[in-house]
Amino acid sequence: MIHENEKIKRTPDLVAETAAKANEIGKEYKFGFHDSEQHLFRTKKGLSKEVVAEISEQKKEPQWMRDFRLKALDIYFQKPMPNWGGDLTGIDFDNITYYLRPTDKQYSNWDMVPEDIKKTYEKLGIPEEERKFLGGVGAQYDSEVVYHNIRKDLEDKGVLFLSPEEGILQHGDLFREHFGKIIPPADNKFAALNSAVWSGGSFIYVPKGLKVDIPLQAYFRINARDMGQFERTLIIVDEGASVHYVEGCSAPVYSSDSLHSAVVEIVVKKGGRCQYTTIQNWSNNVYNLVTKRAMAYADATMIWVDGNIGSKLTMKYPAIYLMEPGARGEVLSIAFAGKGQHQDAGAKIVHCAPNTNSVITSKSISKQGGRTSYRGLMKVLDGAENCKSHVVCDALLLDEKSRSDTYPYIEVDAEKVTIEHEASVSKVSEEQLFYLQSRGIGEADATKMIVAGFIEPLVKELPMEYAVEMNRLIELELEGSVG
Amino acid sequence: MSANAKAPLLQVIDLHVTVAEKPVLKGVNLTLNAGEVHVVLGQNGTGKSTLAYAIAGHPNYKITQGKVLFEGEDLLDMEADERARRGIFLAFQHPIAVPGVSVANFLRAAYQARFHGGVVKATDKSAGKDSGFSVMEFQKKLVAAMKELKMDPALAMRYLNDGFSGGEKKQMEILQLAMLQPKLAMLDETDSGLDVDKLATVGTSAAALAAKHNMGILIITHYKRMLNYVKPSNAHLLMDGKVVVSAGPELADEIDEKGYEHARKKYMAAS
Repeated sequence: MIHENEKIKRTPDLVAETAAKANEIGKEYKFGFHDSEQHLFRTKKGLSKEVVAEISEQKKEPQWMRDFRLKALDIYFQKPMPNWGGDLTGIDFDNITYYLRPTDKQYSNWDMVPEDIKKTYEKLGIPEEERKFLGGVGAQYDSEVVYHNIRKDLEDKGVLFLSPEEGILQHGDLFREHFGKIIPPADNKFAALNSAVWSGGSFIYVPKGLKVDIPLQAYFRINARDMGQFERTLIIVDEGASVHYVEGCSAPVYSSDSLHSAVVEIVVKKGGRCQYTTIQNWSNNVYNLVTKRAMAYADATMIWVDGNIGSKLTMKYPAIYLMEPGARGEVLSIAFAGKGQHQDAGAKIVHCAPNTNSVITSKSISKQGGRTSYRGLMKVLDGAENCKSHVVCDALLLDEKSRSDTYPYIEVDAEKVTIEHEASVSKVSEEQLFYLQSRGIGEADATKMIVAGFIEPLVKELPMEYAVEMNRLIELELEGSVG
Repeated sequence: MSANAKAPLLQVIDLHVTVAEKPVLKGVNLTLNAGEVHVVLGQNGTGKSTLAYAIAGHPNYKITQGKVLFEGEDLLDMEADERARRGIFLAFQHPIAVPGVSVANFLRAAYQARFHGGVVKATDKSAGKDSGFSVMEFQKKLVAAMKELKMDPALAMRYLNDGFSGGEKKQMEILQLAMLQPKLAMLDETDSGLDVDKLATVGTSAAALAAKHNMGILIITHYKRMLNYVKPSNAHLLMDGKVVVSAGPELADEIDEKGYEHARKKYMAAS
């Protein structure tokens, strides 16, 4: 509850000042508070209407967004915890800080960053500056100057690539048209949570017919302090347009925040194309619970490329709703679970219209007792005739302690539908190992080659730098167990 | 310990090998020198392939007695990959597929292992700088070798043995022979599954490589076809887990003409 006398006054000047600041490209986005307000704002642990209302105030949001947040909070409190998937009992909800102003964010100090993460940075040859950025330490990584020109070029073409906060302020109507429509707060408990406390993320709009050649990278725009627990991303690809958005980082990212719950909503209009590539490698104290969904319209293509390497528990099922005929959806997913990790990942595809196609390819690797689960829904609604779908889920177990499960759900209510589902579980074949060893390749290197070969069909879909890093990372992960 | 240049290339001394707890080889003796081509003859199940796998170092083939010396050094102490790096090669009868690993990448790794002290890691920033390995040089050799074997260059980008025809797999084995230039090459039923033309190419290439690099060759077969191209200097007959007779190439002809039952009667009684 915010007491009346503590309410922040919104003067037209203040709003204008905030908007002007938001418009400056490449500059840090301050949420426009005055000194006189500082003593009123406290970072609290735990969640309440008060905290949510404060978030909205700090961001100077319009009433509709504030109402949206508060309503979402109610839904969050009402919904029970999911009784499937991973073990969420370790999350201490009351002990989490749900919002920190970016300018207030305390940096971890370098000593807090776990040793094994520091070692990985060293082995990957990551420059000093960047290591600190990834470790959540120190001053912001100065990517903004470098990418300023790219952003300017995009702007000139009519592409919007902003934070959602900027999106609401500058393009309110467009934003409101789609925000919360693809993933309503009531969808699931963690979507409700995100809807109440979201902060940061990306808002992207690509105008009709425009094909953006270069992948849009999240780090063009986000600095360390914004890498948030509750990011909210909204991407709108207009008719005939095309974009590839890449976020995340294959190098391990240390986060002292233990709960990450992002929401990504995507609309791909007629004839449009969108690829969304994520690699997540959160430190292994993190619960990563993500809701991602795209709507693909007539003749549109949506591709999710999803790499899950880090975190203690990830629950993530990128979804595509094929809304109109000719729509095509594809999900490529890699999961790697080491000691103490559980990757519960997969995909959801819903064929809502006839003549739609989908492909799901899931590759998972478990070692040292890690656990990977493929959880996938393939649903064909009544009337969605003549659809084709192909699902491949392959699991590789590197030792006897590790575990892999598959939970496929197939619900078909239409006719003339072709659904293929192939699943395999294997271990690194002795014969393959011997074949490589008989050519002079040592056991450790041979294992790496075989594992790299296992995920190759997926890695080749990643942008080059990610592919190289992914391979190096897998090598390092394996060195831990085999070398 | 350096290899003894004067010692025979390969000495198999009283070798006993057990596979899946079943004794297969029960005291094999065989000596092979560089430049010689030995053929090991025998019916199915006598242990011909077992001999090759034991020499190559497959973990399921347990040596219960005996010795194997390579250039005078005790081979059985070494892991399979070390043996390969020293110049032992086994051309498999049924080469296994390794999906996702391209032929080119695989060959490069094997080549580096054989000639440049080991596989270069992607994470190693100083990769290849001191080892003398040159990617260009390797590429050139690969292109030339594939041409010599009349192989489609596109095969280099395909995944190793994945979806290859029987003939392509055998060609791939000989391509590896060409690239790795081993000191001892064991050819396990290399002629099986090859049509007349492919066999001619593979056989001729193998023979040329063997001669060029003064390789020691151990051919395992129960057909004669390969022997038309890679002409043996010695022949051994394996029966009931032992070499019952070692002779010149005429032994192969004899068995081809008169059969194994005849050979059993003639040579088993004597040994």
